[in-house]
This record gives sequence, C-alpha cells and structure tokens, in this order.
Amino acid sequence: VACHVGKDTVLENCPDNTALLALNGMPGLLLDAKYDRDEMTLTVPREKIVEACEVVKVAGYNFLEDVTCVDWYPSDPRFQVTYHILSHRLKQRIRLLAMVSEADAAGTAIDSIIPVWPSANFYEREIFDLFGVRFNHHPNLIRIMMPDEWEGHPLRKDYPVEGYR
Amino acid sequence: MPLTVDPILLDPNQTNSSLTNVINESARHNEINANTSKDQTMVLNMGPQHPSTHGVLRLLLEIDGETVIKCAPDIGYLHTGIEKTCEAKFYQQVVPLTDRIDYLCPMTNNLAYCLAVEKLIGMEIPERAEYLRVMLNELTRIQSHLVWLGTHAMDLGALTVFLYCFREREEILRIFENVSGQRMMTSYFRVGGLSLDPPIDFYAQVQAFLKMMPSKIDEYENLLSGNPIWIGRTKGVGHLTAEEAIALGVTGPPLRASGVDWDLRRDMPYSGYEKFDFKVPVSNDGDVWARYVVRMEEMRESIKIAQQALDGLPSGPIAADAPKIVLPEREKMKTQMESLIHHFKIVTEGFAVPAGQVYQAVESPRGEMGYYVVSDGTAKPYRVHMRNPSFATLQALETMCKGKLLADVVAVIGSIDIVLGEIDR
Repeated sequence: VACHVGKDTVLENCPDNTALLALNGMPGLLLDAKYDRDEMTLTVPREKIVEACEVVKVAGYNFLEDVTCVDWYPSDPRFQVTYHILSHRLKQRIRLLAMVSEADAAGTAIDSIIPVWPSANFYEREIFDLFGVRFNHHPNLIRIMMPDEWEGHPLRKDYPVEGYR
Repeated sequence: MPLTVDPILLDPNQTNSSLTNVINESARHNEINANTSKDQTMVLNMGPQHPSTHGVLRLLLEIDGETVIKCAPDIGYLHTGIEKTCEAKFYQQVVPLTDRIDYLCPMTNNLAYCLAVEKLIGMEIPERAEYLRVMLNELTRIQSHLVWLGTHAMDLGALTVFLYCFREREEILRIFENVSGQRMMTSYFRVGGLSLDPPIDFYAQVQAFLKMMPSKIDEYENLLSGNPIWIGRTKGVGHLTAEEAIALGVTGPPLRASGVDWDLRRDMPYSGYEKFDFKVPVSNDGDVWARYVVRMEEMRESIKIAQQALDGLPSGPIAADAPKIVLPEREKMKTQMESLIHHFKIVTEGFAVPAGQVYQAVESPRGEMGYYVVSDGTAKPYRVHMRNPSFATLQALETMCKGKLLADVVAVIGSIDIVLGEIDR
C-alpha cells in the first residue's frame, strides 16, 4: 500500500485529491500532508482551523463525522485535535489535524468549528472534558461525560487508568 | 414509573444560559424557586430513570404549557471510560470491550474495530470470514431493529408489538449463542478473521430464520401501519430536513428518512459488501413515520443480504494465515511446537501493530459507527476513539422537538433509536 509523507510528495503523488488542492490553494493553510493506508491526513495551523473547515466544506466535504483528540505526551505540541470530514458527493473522507501545545490547551487553544458544522458541539465538549483542551467561542463549554466537580482530564496520558487514589 | 418532576421556575430575564445554570445548580433549585414569581415557562426533568428514555438519558425540558421550548440532553450517566481502558489492553483484548459499547449490535462493533486494526496491519482476510461477518452483521441489524420496533411501539402504547418482536429476536440470539457461545456479548470476531468455524447446524438454523422472518415483518406492519393511533402519533412528528440532518451529524436511518441517499455499505463498501445486491430505502418525509418505514424496509433488505451470504458462502479458512497474529487451532497447538510458541507469545505479549492512524466506519443499525485507532508501533493501541451514531444524532433532538408537544418527545426519542451505552462509552 502506498504511503506518501510530506506536503510536496503528497502533492506530487495525489494530484487529484480535492481537499488537498483546495487547502493548498489558500496561502498558509496547509502545513503538512500524509497519504497512508488510503487515508488523506492534512495538517493545518490551529489558528486557522475554522477557515480550513470552510475551505474543505466549499470544496465538497459536506459532512463532519467526528472530532477527537490524541495526547502525544510528553511531546510538544502535545494535543492533536483530529477532524474526520466526509464528502457524500466524492465518496471520500479526509482527516484534518491541528496541533495544540500544552501551554495553549487551557488558554486560547483552538477555535470552535460550530459556525461551520453545528454537530461539532458535543464532540468539542467531550474533548474539553476528557483532554482539557478549550475551544474558543463555544456556546456551552461544560463537562459532558464526567461530573461537573471532577478534577483532571481522564484521557490524558499522564492520568492513570485506575484514576487518582 | 411516573415522571420525575422537578418544577423549577425560571427567571424570564434569563436567556440562553438558563438551562445550563439549571444543570450546574440543580442542587440549589429551591433558591431559584423562591426568587422568582411571575414566569411563563417551567423546566421539567425527564430521566435518567424514565423508561421511555431507553436507558439513562436525562433531558431538561423547558416547557410552556405542553409545548417544548428548549430541550437539553444531559448525558454521561453510563460513562465507563472504555476508550481509556482500551489503551491498557492488547489489540486482541479490546474486542470484548467493543461489545459493551453498543450492546444491541455487538457484531457491528467487533467488525468495525477488527477492520480498523486489519487496515493498520495491512491484512487480507479470507472470503469465507468476510461472508460470515456480513451475514452476522445483517442478523445483528435485524435484531437491533426488532428491539427498536418493540420498545418504540411500546412507548407509544402498542404493547403487543413488543412481545412479537422479542419472540423473533430470541431466534437470532439463539443463532448467536450457537455460533459464539454468548447471546449478547458475542466477541466472535478476531483481528484476522473469526474465532471459530460455525457449528454444523448453524446453516440450517440461519436458513430457517431467514425463511420465517419476512412473514413476521408483514405481521408487525399489519399491527401498526394501518393503526390510526400509530399514524397519529408518528406522521408529521419530529420533522428533520436533509440540511438540518447533515449539519447536526445525523447518520443512518434518520438521515435516510430525511431524504439523503447515503449508506456506507453501498457507497464506501467494506468487508466485501460490494459483492451483495441490495437496495437502500430512502424517504423524503423526515418524520417519525418515515424513520419507521425506512427501518422496516431495511430489515427486509438485511434478510436478502444474509440470504445471499448464506447461499454464496465459500469454503476455506475462517482466519488469515498470519501465525504471529491469529491464534493457532487448538489441535495444532497441542501437537506442534511452533504453534505452541506462537500461542504463548500472542497470549502473553500480544502482537505489535505498525505505527499509524486509521479511521474505519461501518453502517451500524443506528448509523455510522467509526473506529479511530492510533498505533505507536507497540502491542497496545495508543488511542482508540469510537465515533458513535447516537451521540451525534442526540444533538438533533432539540431541533426535532422544539415547538412540539411534550408527548412527542417520547415518540422522537424512540424514532432515533438511541443506545446510551454508545453515547456515554
């Protein structure tokens, strides 16, 4: 199975990927790209995530499937916010990544994409609850799974599986 | 069981945040009550132990008389941290956990997870295993839809349907027990194939069920489709347009009932679904009735797919030829040194999976179920995330209930077929 790493290599090998071309056409939106196991992964700057989502939405990727996060502790930037976006027309899926450092996670971490896809609401609350990454301009950023008075964020890698005792 | 009524009178000057405040400050509701006097609306607390919320869903409903003004789901009562637990298990040990996410479609969960890990490894599985997986997945879909139909009809007052549905569901559970040893938490699929070849009487059992089932579906429809109460409770209730459904992340039967012709089995085939001939039922009405019609048709299509899988079932192995990943047969393990070593290594150390990240989506009875598995090259997954259909569909509840009667909330919850196990994980 083909695996292409790096923006230039992917641009060369996947010249007909709509999302790749759309993001590459806008200045400063595409940081990195990877094509692996038939899946396209595109890294965008965290400050421009809303703009990137709008660009891919216009390009035909109409359905937000999933938003989640991966904690790459102890690397920096630590949090990888992951968006899976589907195109009903192209029958194709892309993955957008935005990296958030630990210092930013509690502050101006990343903008909410609710203006583009309202379905991001619960997913962003879940990431805030379980990873402690904040979403700016989210209308209701409160815990969703854990009790309101819970301390800590359970899906972080430095949180033990059994919880703190 | 009566409604848990929590009559909190809200300050009319409070705006959007009022419900949030209620969630956060429910302990202080007496104070809120004392401080307000002239109000138009009230907040009704529905659940988490209300029988028609299908589990432990808690809804905070702001109502004006009998009209719903706002509807805020409060979830997390079943949160067990399965995603965190997965990170501490070997890849193969995660399979039993996936059963427990959506406990009405264990085989679908197994399939999505196994396909994701197989994609990470780059593994081809034998055609026989693919066919059996498809057949069992379609039986799972019928089984799940039967629970949906029975409980949905019971919520709306038609008790008989529930007994009929569970009668046929029992047959499917017997098939599952025969094939995997378990009625509900089957854990039958393995990374690389299936755990065991089905017993000899399995095929006749499935054939008898597939032959009997179409007339039973007609029977349910005879009970409901012409029933004026059923029609009155479902037609024009809980309307959702195609644009709203897409914006709110709705998938599966509710999406198709809103007129979006999208089914992952046909449009992005997995596990050999491209080899099967079936129709995707779509309706343009977008109401509770349309979801009923779509699911009833889906059951008929599932019977057709399962029949094709049974008729065309190839012979051959049921697991891939990968001795370092798939456990050896019992007999070989007892007689061959090498198989014994492999068995010991797989059980004690697991198997390493090449680094990378994949997202594998399948069409579960409730919609798109996606497994996002991240590997760092070790024998345990670095991160497993489940994209569950009910979690997203729940966000559309407010759109469907707003401005409608309180009694319709029950019909709408039934029609989106939520399973709290997969919402809270």
